[in-house]
Amino acid sequence: MLQRREFVQQLLMDRGNLLVVSGLGASTFDVATAGDHPLNFYLWGAMGGTAMVGLGLALARPDRRVAVLTGDGDLLMGLGSLATIGVKQPKNLAIVVLDNAHYGETGMQPSHTHSGINLVAAALACRFKYAREVSRIEEAADIRALLHSGEGPILVNARIADQEAPRVLPLRDGHAIKQRFTDALNSA
Amino acid sequence: MHTPSNIETAWPDIVHAHFRRVGIRQVGYVPDGGLSGLIKLCQDDPEITDVVLTSEEEGVGLVAGAALGGQRAALLMQSSGVGNCINMFSLLRNCGFGCVALVTMRGEFAEFNPWQVPMGSIAEEVLRLAGFLTYRVESADDVDDIVGAGCDMAFYGDLQIAIVLSQRLLGRKQWTR
Repeated sequence: MLQRREFVQQLLMDRGNLLVVSGLGASTFDVATAGDHPLNFYLWGAMGGTAMVGLGLALARPDRRVAVLTGDGDLLMGLGSLATIGVKQPKNLAIVVLDNAHYGETGMQPSHTHSGINLVAAALACRFKYAREVSRIEEAADIRALLHSGEGPILVNARIADQEAPRVLPLRDGHAIKQRFTDALNSA
Repeated sequence: MHTPSNIETAWPDIVHAHFRRVGIRQVGYVPDGGLSGLIKLCQDDPEITDVVLTSEEEGVGLVAGAALGGQRAALLMQSSGVGNCINMFSLLRNCGFGCVALVTMRGEFAEFNPWQVPMGSIAEEVLRLAGFLTYRVESADDVDDIVGAGCDMAFYGDLQIAIVLSQRLLGRKQWTR
């Protein structure tokens, strides 16, 4: 089992030009903890939509790498997005699911992955170019390399411990998050 | 399923011309008979990336992501799809993502299927409650004016604009083969 903060920290180390979209709740807090960055788009709601924000961004900027970091609950709510992404085959998009098999924000109720629903198999069935599970921190360097240069669409299901980490609250004003992101991307 | 031939001609070309004029680069849609002509025009346009969705709410995320990457995007959906999007629309309103949605109506004029009525009859109000300004097109003569104005408002004002294409404009869906 991975510790979510340590894993995300390692994925986003020396991130360079990477564009990051994070799903509501703990994933957004993990990404913020790894280092607030203007090229982070933090979702605080719109559950189920994170992967599709990543797709729209990846299609708009094929010259840049896009990483979506989100939870199992968010991805399960938008499971159809995997099929939509599989149709478009964005080479520059990778999704990392921080899978604790629970709904952490609402009292740790078990999610579908807790009952063995397999997101890696779902991604492969949806024609993702590459999908794998990770559970050891030693694999973080490989996943980091995938985010920067693997041919997408990629899905990584990261088995993380079902322990809550301290809340780290980044920007919450949606207009400000958007504006900061687009300013940074346009000036880069 | 047949769609009346008159809906395949003029108005989709006008809408597509406005998409070109304001530089829309991504179009997300769940197919609808009334939208088939416009969908085809978008698919055939090399400047537009068309994204077929499993559910309309995916398109809301797509619009947001496109805007983050500097591209304008439109949504095409039938009125029943509006209900699928309600929570996801918060993304547009909360962040001020400009968006133009073309919504083809079911469940109103000459509707033969009562199952279309519950959602169709509230779609426009739901759009407004979710933060959209809505403009209804009843006649083909108004398409140019309304779609043009809607596209400008969406992308120069970062507003959420829904163009509601009435069932009367689209024509009766033929129920027999």
